[in-house]
Amino acid sequence: MEVKNIQNGIVIDHIHAGFGLKILEHLDIDKGLGSVALLMNVPSEKYGRKDLIKLENTQSVDINILGLIDHQATVIYIKDGVIAQKTTVDLPKKVTNVIKCKNPRCVTSVEPVPHIFHLVEGSGKYRCEYCDNAVKSFDE
Amino acid sequence: MELKGKNLISPMDLSVEEMTFLFDTAEEIIASPQDFCELCKGALLASLFFEPSTRTRLSFEAAMLRLGGKVIGFSEPRSTSVEKGESIADTIRTVASYADIAAMRHPKEGAALVAAQKSTIPIINAGDGGHFHPTQTLTDMLTIRREKGGFGGITIGLCGDLKFGRTVHSLAFALARYGGIKFVLISPDELRLPEYVRDGIVDYAEVTDLREALPSLDVLYMTRVQRERFFNEEDYIRLKDSYILNAAKLKEARQDLMILHPLPRANEVSTDVDDDPRAVYFTQVKNGMYIRMALLAALLGRV
Repeated sequence: MEVKNIQNGIVIDHIHAGFGLKILEHLDIDKGLGSVALLMNVPSEKYGRKDLIKLENTQSVDINILGLIDHQATVIYIKDGVIAQKTTVDLPKKVTNVIKCKNPRCVTSVEPVPHIFHLVEGSGKYRCEYCDNAVKSFDE
Repeated sequence: MELKGKNLISPMDLSVEEMTFLFDTAEEIIASPQDFCELCKGALLASLFFEPSTRTRLSFEAAMLRLGGKVIGFSEPRSTSVEKGESIADTIRTVASYADIAAMRHPKEGAALVAAQKSTIPIINAGDGGHFHPTQTLTDMLTIRREKGGFGGITIGLCGDLKFGRTVHSLAFALARYGGIKFVLISPDELRLPEYVRDGIVDYAEVTDLREALPSLDVLYMTRVQRERFFNEEDYIRLKDSYILNAAKLKEARQDLMILHPLPRANEVSTDVDDDPRAVYFTQVKNGMYIRMALLAALLGRV
């Protein structure tokens, strides 16, 4: 399968195989800007299999969301056919309205407040700002 | 020590130095209450209880009245616009227009934080569901300090409902900052201390047998299995009698043990323990008023 190189845009590489679709859903990309390609189960020397996303004619993605779903991913910014910047993503320290608190005793279940989670350093876990309920990953 | 205008939502909102200041102030009040009877004259406390309470509400209100201040509020949310669906945010904005400080109890975890984020007056968390109860912690710690002279090196057993016991969560976090404290966590598997609290304490052991743990303890903190925290009545009935402390069991405990309980109790501390000099839970109740006097005065900038 061949997808042509893009001249201007972003390539999100080294996505865990199977996570590409979820990332695409949550990135909330403006689909009017250009072509979007999602490649799944691409052979990878480093990881065996990976997913990959190509976004044409855009220069910004929500790194926080990306970091939360798959911090193994690499973001490559392409300008005029060459790599302008390559960056890895970290787990974001704070995420708002990405994870929903599932604790039925949490105030977020009755009050119209944002669902805010904070990273617990060194653990990869997130805790609800209000009730301290922990989630280990994006899936929980 | 400048505590004026602060909120008290989590036990960690107060530094060790600030807690010491409050304990010292409470000691001064205990020694000479008449010297403080006009300290908060002209100040108004809003007492907002969305959930039933005897000790916490009455001790806050008594504390403010004994400081010369006044109190407004409710102990029954059905008599307020909350019944019409008014949010916590709107309720607190309204209350902040009338009062100088508010103590709030709410069944939802994090409710006091929501209130503090929207309030222009200091908010004191008087219990938010099964989460935190920082003024009970101040009460517990003042009682331990008065009886034991401090916190360093004590072995404290936390017994009963450690999962939903907000007083236990707050106390564990606050005490963990003092050196050399050992925690013995005594609970059935289903009511273990939550992970986020265990992560905050260092030296602890988890056991299921109260009798086995008793001889090693300097302080035993008993708690009630709380019916109101269970969604499933069967689970409550199965677990409610997990631990019962009575005079017979106490024979195995040390003579200088302190028995604390945040109250109310169900049957977990038998009444035959009440006259034992090691049972200090009614002294604890009185200390609760004094420490809340110190807290109100400090957050209002009167000490």
